Amino acid sequence: MSTLTPTDHQDERLRIDKGFSGMLKASVDRIRGGDLGLLPVFIGLVVISIIFQSLNPFFLSSANLSNMLMEATPVGILALGIVMVLLVGEIDLSVGSVSGLSAAIFGINFVDNGWPLALAIVTAIASGSIIGWVFGQIYNRVGVPSFVITLAGLLGFLGLQLFVLGPKGTINIPFDSPLVWFGQLAFVPTPVAYALVSFVVVLQIVLGLSRSRSRKIAGLSVESLTAIVAKALGLGILLGFAVWYLGLARGIGWMFVLFVLLAVIGNYALTRTQWGRSVFAVGGNREAARRAGINVRRVYTSTFIITSTLAAVGGLLAAGRLAASAQSSGGGDVNLNAIAAAVIGGTSLFGGRGSAFAAVLGIIVIQAISSGLTLMNLDSSIRYMVTGAVVLIAVSLDAFARKSRSSHGRG
Amino acid sequence: MATLTGEGASAAPVLTLRGISKHFGAVSALTDVDLQVFPGEVVALVGDNGAGKSTLVKILAGVHPHDSGTMIFDSQEVIVRSPTESIDLGIATVFQDLALCDNLDVVGNLFLGQELRPIRLDEVAMEVKAWELLRQLSAKIPSVRTLVASLSGGQRQTVAIARSLLGSPKLILLDEPTAALGVAQTAEVLNLIERLRENGLAVILITHNMDDVLAVADRVAVLRLGKNNGVFNVADASKESIIAAITGATDNVVSQREATRPIKVETRSK
Repeated sequence: MSTLTPTDHQDERLRIDKGFSGMLKASVDRIRGGDLGLLPVFIGLVVISIIFQSLNPFFLSSANLSNMLMEATPVGILALGIVMVLLVGEIDLSVGSVSGLSAAIFGINFVDNGWPLALAIVTAIASGSIIGWVFGQIYNRVGVPSFVITLAGLLGFLGLQLFVLGPKGTINIPFDSPLVWFGQLAFVPTPVAYALVSFVVVLQIVLGLSRSRSRKIAGLSVESLTAIVAKALGLGILLGFAVWYLGLARGIGWMFVLFVLLAVIGNYALTRTQWGRSVFAVGGNREAARRAGINVRRVYTSTFIITSTLAAVGGLLAAGRLAASAQSSGGGDVNLNAIAAAVIGGTSLFGGRGSAFAAVLGIIVIQAISSGLTLMNLDSSIRYMVTGAVVLIAVSLDAFARKSRSSHGRG
Repeated sequence: MATLTGEGASAAPVLTLRGISKHFGAVSALTDVDLQVFPGEVVALVGDNGAGKSTLVKILAGVHPHDSGTMIFDSQEVIVRSPTESIDLGIATVFQDLALCDNLDVVGNLFLGQELRPIRLDEVAMEVKAWELLRQLSAKIPSVRTLVASLSGGQRQTVAIARSLLGSPKLILLDEPTAALGVAQTAEVLNLIERLRENGLAVILITHNMDDVLAVADRVAVLRLGKNNGVFNVADASKESIIAAITGATDNVVSQREATRPIKVETRSK
């Protein structure tokens, strides 16, 4: 056996794609096989940009984009939770209500009861975690479908939210509170943003090199140094451009940075830990996961808890952004937008397929549509109809891609 | 008819079952079943539908414990109460439906539930170990990073068997491994079973396919209506005698058909 060929490239039937053309060929193969990846998001963003920019030149201005990212964050965090629960093949329809309830609990405790900020925040988030735990217990022990449990949750927690808010209906959060500052005014200074981007680039290269080294020692194929550096620099240029362009207006909000950080943590948990592997396994084949010794119930409970907890976090940020806990918080199209964002980003409704970054990219698409329609001064009636159509298209695309995957042997 | 113990087997048996019985309500699924398996030996477990093969497999796999009789594994008397206990003893079961996750790659499936370094998965070590395992089985899988969904039936069976080897078991139970496979893929799996035997593992092969039995098994244990109905050495047993033991008589539809068919069974099977 040749020592020059890496272990994983020895099979003669395997086509080894080298260089840029190879990378291109591999991705065309993937897309044709129904593994759409980021393609729908990319096409979606281009189409949306062309349409709305031609209708209103303010659409792509740095001021609007900067605002759009801030606006997207609270629902995006809900979408991140939805990604988790979709991966195990379940659904949570109650994230909107849970986010509203969390905002209400925070408002009551912080404003009316005068609790310290940290305690009020922790209580609100913990209420989300408890709700998720209860969902998990009902799902595991009673066996009610998650669709029904969380639909009941949608109504029940909306009711609880209204009950907590009481006859007043709205609790205004003082403008000088840190939460409102974080939701409305906390932007990353441009030099700090550039420093963050460089840090990300350097980190990418260092991690890539260390991965290559350990693979080389083990006798496996390695990614070329050029590819690692090129990818990291490409990402750096993209992020650097975003920082520069948004910096022309207010820049990038810390809130959005928090969202991306949560997505990065989520991505790590899903792809690099045993828990993440079992989430995918349960979503792919529950019985196989059970026989492999995975505690399936615990996986379900943990994902329900994470989803509801993230919903509570999103609710708090939304309250900060609005500077109020209102009866309408978390209502309307919030639920559907969160689910649509997860699906548009490439998370399958059928379980076992998707990524944490789907939430970030998906919510940008959803928010772009919403922002464009708002700029056109369209009534919310039209906005609902358009969003509904987009969700339908995204889900159909998912179902279509799934058929293509099974005919191309990609699960 | 051969003796209960394998001929010429010098080592101690891996598994000895004596007088195993199992009832489901008023139905006795197994009555006084004896079986011995030695290291480096393939024992085919055959029988008609309802003969008790699956019940016996489930007892060994820890799905449900036996009611009476003794099970001796590795010279120790044991009772297997749960699938985990069975695995811990060193019994690996590959069920008929394989239980693979289509959305995970080969490495992900091989190490499912027993990943290396849970908090920071050691993908490199797992990939190396995966290649090692597949080599050991001379498995023909082009890349361990392909999704299991894209593998053929034989390759999937290979992955399932390779996974059972991870815990370095002493006894492997294969439940109808060739039932859903084509000719070439069946041959691949049969090669794989021979490779397991060469590696000194004891194999129990549950199958309906007489050709598979004659091709790879050393001994054949026949079950009929939940009871032992003979143990044959494949080397000196004819297909008819085994079928007779399965169906319970020499004079029946199946053996009559076999006898009148133009191609001689003897020349085909040996």
